[in-house]
Amino acid sequence: MTGSVHAALVPHAAAIASLHATGIQDAAGLLLAFPLLGAAILLLGGKRTNSWGHLVGVAMPVLAFAYGLAAFVQMLGYPAAQRSRELILYQFINVGRFQIPMGLRLDQLSICFVLLITGVGSLIHIFAVGYMSHDPERRRFFGYMNLFLAAMLLLVLANNYLGLYAGWEGVGLASYLLIGFWQYKPAAAVAAKKAFIANRVGDAGLSLAIMLMFAQFGSVTFTGVFGAVHSASHGIVLAIGLLLLLGACGKSAQVPLQSWLLDAMEGPTPVSALIHAATMVTAGVYLIVRSAPIFDLSPGARLAVAIVGAVTLLWGAIIGCAKDDVKKALAGSTMSQIGYMMLAAGLGPAGYVFAIAHLLAHGFFKAGLFLGAGSVKHEMNDEVDMRRFGGLAIAMPITFVTFTLAYLAIIGVPPFSGFFTKDPIIDAAFAHGGTSGALLGTAALLGAGITAFYMTRVMLMTFFGERRWDENVHPHEAPPIMTAPMIVLAIGSVGAGGFLILANRLLNFLGPVTGVPPVLRGIWTPVGGASLGLVVVGAAIAWVLYGRREVPVTAPAGNLVTVAARKDLYGDAINEGLLMRPGQWLTRLSVYFDNRGVDGLVNTVAAAFGGSSGRMRKVQTGFVRSYALSMLVGAVLLVGTFLLVRL
Amino acid sequence: MVSPAHFIALAVILFVIGAVGVLVRRNAIVVFMCVELMLNACNLAFVAFARMHGALDGQVIAFFVMVVAAAEVVVGLAILTAIFRARRSASVDDANLMKY
Repeated sequence: MTGSVHAALVPHAAAIASLHATGIQDAAGLLLAFPLLGAAILLLGGKRTNSWGHLVGVAMPVLAFAYGLAAFVQMLGYPAAQRSRELILYQFINVGRFQIPMGLRLDQLSICFVLLITGVGSLIHIFAVGYMSHDPERRRFFGYMNLFLAAMLLLVLANNYLGLYAGWEGVGLASYLLIGFWQYKPAAAVAAKKAFIANRVGDAGLSLAIMLMFAQFGSVTFTGVFGAVHSASHGIVLAIGLLLLLGACGKSAQVPLQSWLLDAMEGPTPVSALIHAATMVTAGVYLIVRSAPIFDLSPGARLAVAIVGAVTLLWGAIIGCAKDDVKKALAGSTMSQIGYMMLAAGLGPAGYVFAIAHLLAHGFFKAGLFLGAGSVKHEMNDEVDMRRFGGLAIAMPITFVTFTLAYLAIIGVPPFSGFFTKDPIIDAAFAHGGTSGALLGTAALLGAGITAFYMTRVMLMTFFGERRWDENVHPHEAPPIMTAPMIVLAIGSVGAGGFLILANRLLNFLGPVTGVPPVLRGIWTPVGGASLGLVVVGAAIAWVLYGRREVPVTAPAGNLVTVAARKDLYGDAINEGLLMRPGQWLTRLSVYFDNRGVDGLVNTVAAAFGGSSGRMRKVQTGFVRSYALSMLVGAVLLVGTFLLVRL
Repeated sequence: MVSPAHFIALAVILFVIGAVGVLVRRNAIVVFMCVELMLNACNLAFVAFARMHGALDGQVIAFFVMVVAAAEVVVGLAILTAIFRARRSASVDDANLMKY
């Protein structure tokens, strides 16, 4: 049960075997148990729990958050080098030499995620009580949400890749169930399937990476893999890194597996806020940062991660510019922001901390934006087309203020969150050096400008300008149970970034796990100034296009880029052309070959036997005398043969 | 002097008559009688060879054949009677239902 320390053998800090968890942390299984219990009660309890089910659904994340806080406080009491603690829950797999104990690892990285998941998760659960109050299936909704939390916590807490994979699949399942929560809507059902299938592609990459680890190192625990990875060949490390990246691309909606996230907005808005903005889609970033010892050894894999991030951050931002559906515009933005995190994670130790800082800050402001969008949608009779909004600032003042704060945070206006967490990423990309550094930095810088453009566009179309509502819509402020979480998230949007980055708080805290950047720059850098300038330009262009002019209720034809962005930059078309059509041809070919080739051979043989026996049947005439004749002839032939042979 | 060859020749003649009778006659009774003729041709051959070799084996087998033939006739005639009752015909060509 006790973890052994062989720090002297392995150079990377993350590979140090953790100490055994004691005190409050010894009960870390509770973190999984609370939401799992909630899910069990709500999903197995059936209709009996309809009246009070949502209370259980809210209580469990809150309890888990309280426990996470206690464990965090205990962790702060330890010296920095001893903060990584492990505990074994039970023997997960016990087959001969193949031993995988199901253990949890509470360290600086996982506790960040635990607090984000349970904290933001609790707020979104509270919001959902109000948001889903008119839905007859509210209990089932909370059951799925609790299930998601349990799986997500397992994903970030497991001390081995197999446990991580179990959580990885669990959040995929919860995501599928929740995207398709309104399964009677064909669009929702299709979107759920699409998300599941796109995720399967990524999951295949992750599972292959785990198999490769086991084949190479004989272990799938973090300690075992990170301790042995130094002795592996470059090719193997690169392969594992790229396969992990494939897994991350699927879960985090990065190019080329990005297409599912926009459709995933068919789910209820709290789902979009919790799963498809704040937590689950950031699991890919967690995977990369957690696997830092692997990526540290493979510059090729790191570069691939950074390129994927840079491409996605522009891809998502461009899509976000053209969408009229407020949730889809925000989904494009999520994709883009996670692109930033991936880019940072791809920079190695120079960027890991900034990736996590941006991830945590993004958790607040993007959840805030989605809850704001949900609040608006709730009051606008489920209308999501921003061209039918306008002038909501007066009708919904609290939503307007919280949304604005989150907006200022995401575009990176000082002193809000995004300014502190996004600019270091852009700066670190430029500091990466060489052509790749310049290209990655330029992409990130451009992304900042585009972010300002599309977010300003969302703000202006939703809250300002003429009222373009339907006649029977009468929006007013949401009830307190919905506005309270939005206010808390808005406070986080304002302060989280500064709190984490200033005085190097997160850097010092996470340093033992992720490594410290070689060069530390100040808050005010030339790159930061350039980014701020681009933000102003982007916002100004948006104001010229959408603030000064009237917004037409029906979308104008638009130019070539707009049309492409409205169609998700042809992501679906590419998938269809590259994968679906050839796949269909392949199956058709296989079916043809099966029908004509395999079945044809078998059927021909069978038909030949059938036909010949049909003809031979005619010999059975039923006339006794012909049988007697054949017997006689046979006997004579036999006797004749014998005589001949004997002669 | 009557040699074994004479007996064998007679047995062959009787057997051929019987075989031809089984093949060409339609009346079931006659077919039966022809079968008996063939059996008895065989008996004659057995007895003749037994006599020639001075052993009793062939004679004993002749008795077995007679017993089997008697039993066969009992069963066969019973079937024949049943068929005749059912279809008013003793022709073997009329009883041809068991076919393709």
